[in-house]
Amino acid sequence: MTSWEPIIVFSSVTKRFGARTVLKALDLEIPLGQKLAIVGPSGSGKSTLLRILMTLESVEAGSVRVGSQYLWRGDRERTVEADVATTANVRRRIGMVFQQFNLFPHMTALQNVSAAPIKVLRKSKEEAYAHARDLLTRVGMSDKVDAYPAFLSGGQQQRVGIARALAMNPEILLLDEVTSALDPELVGEVLSVIRMLAAKGDLTILMVTHQMGFAREFADRVCFIDGGEIVEDAPPAQFFDAPIQRRTRDFLRAVISA
Amino acid sequence: MFDFAFALSILPQLAVATVTTLVVTISSFFLALLIGVPLLLLRRSGWHSVSRTTAGIIDFIRCTPILVQLYFLYFAMPEFGIRLSPIATGILVFSVHYGCYMSEVYRAGLESVPRGQWDVCVALSLSRSETYRSVVLPQMIYPIIPAAGNYLVHMFKETPLLASISVVEMMFVSAEIGADRFRYLEPITLCGLLFLLMSIAAAGLIRTAEFLYGRRWRRV
Repeated sequence: MTSWEPIIVFSSVTKRFGARTVLKALDLEIPLGQKLAIVGPSGSGKSTLLRILMTLESVEAGSVRVGSQYLWRGDRERTVEADVATTANVRRRIGMVFQQFNLFPHMTALQNVSAAPIKVLRKSKEEAYAHARDLLTRVGMSDKVDAYPAFLSGGQQQRVGIARALAMNPEILLLDEVTSALDPELVGEVLSVIRMLAAKGDLTILMVTHQMGFAREFADRVCFIDGGEIVEDAPPAQFFDAPIQRRTRDFLRAVISA
Repeated sequence: MFDFAFALSILPQLAVATVTTLVVTISSFFLALLIGVPLLLLRRSGWHSVSRTTAGIIDFIRCTPILVQLYFLYFAMPEFGIRLSPIATGILVFSVHYGCYMSEVYRAGLESVPRGQWDVCVALSLSRSETYRSVVLPQMIYPIIPAAGNYLVHMFKETPLLASISVVEMMFVSAEIGADRFRYLEPITLCGLLFLLMSIAAAGLIRTAEFLYGRRWRRV
């Protein structure tokens, strides 16, 4: 389900780390419910894009908005950051899953998933636990609810990470190279969970990934970012079979032959 | 040679002094744990002048010998009208001195929490205080336990310095017995043994605390 009213809009976004410009006046509109795969060489700024949306990084110029709420408002030259309340509001609408899982090591799987609903949404323990159990079941972790992260495999930890992000009922889910830190044999179990999420039509998903095969199957749009700009932006079939830009063809040849 | 009967006869006196040593050590240690917290906060203050001043004070206290600090407070301060009892002086000097060390221990503990943990707290909308309380502090405590424990044992072994300002602790009593009876072998040996036994016991307790704290969520 994809309606063409954009829920996320980046316009003229410039991001610098010191002297290095990571994003160059980047424009990107993402409609509600879209499953967007973002690919590109490492250091191309694709993870930065997600981190900006999660307000883990700031921008130097341009606007970023979610729905009608601006996180940054500006033009090509400058920008103004949103106030604390607006930023907090937008954060609530977005969930994020990280490459390094970032589970809380001193909490069980169940506590990891229920922590934010209890502390932030002020849900009762019973209610939060019931919801957390439900989510852990959906990611195939019902038999590990009381396990601590150190005793779980990478794939299991990442599935808990996904359940934790879903526990806040986000409208938008950001997946930042969620399978990159996994042993190859564990990638499949995480991808199948994401496949299941993709079936939820109203959830907007932005996925930074190196899994080209999965991007093709899962996404309804693929963006190739290189050198801080969007080089190619197309539906998966066109993107992989008939890319227009030369840089995209070079990139695809490199990753697929590797 | 070593006179066991004599050693046994002075044991009660030493036992009383042991209590003083323990009282000073334990109260100074807990005060140091407390003093380390505001020092860390001031050290990490957003105001540059505050953090620099605090860092300067911490360095100053850490880089002057405890014995000098004891002498200064006990013998020099009365000239300014500030007079503290020997024990109070001892506890004050030890707790502030080790409080400075503790603030550094806390800082190391804080920095040991990976950046990803902070990121995920932002992503989950946890407030700053909730992030500290539920996520950062519980993870900081684990690496802090052995470091703080080291300082506890270290401080305990430095308490004989208090003899110099006439606190009646183990070393003071041993030396006094030696001077009275012209026998130093037994009292000093016993004093050393008592320190050894209690240090070993403390080290065991610290290891136990470390194990108990991390046993469920850490893989050994």
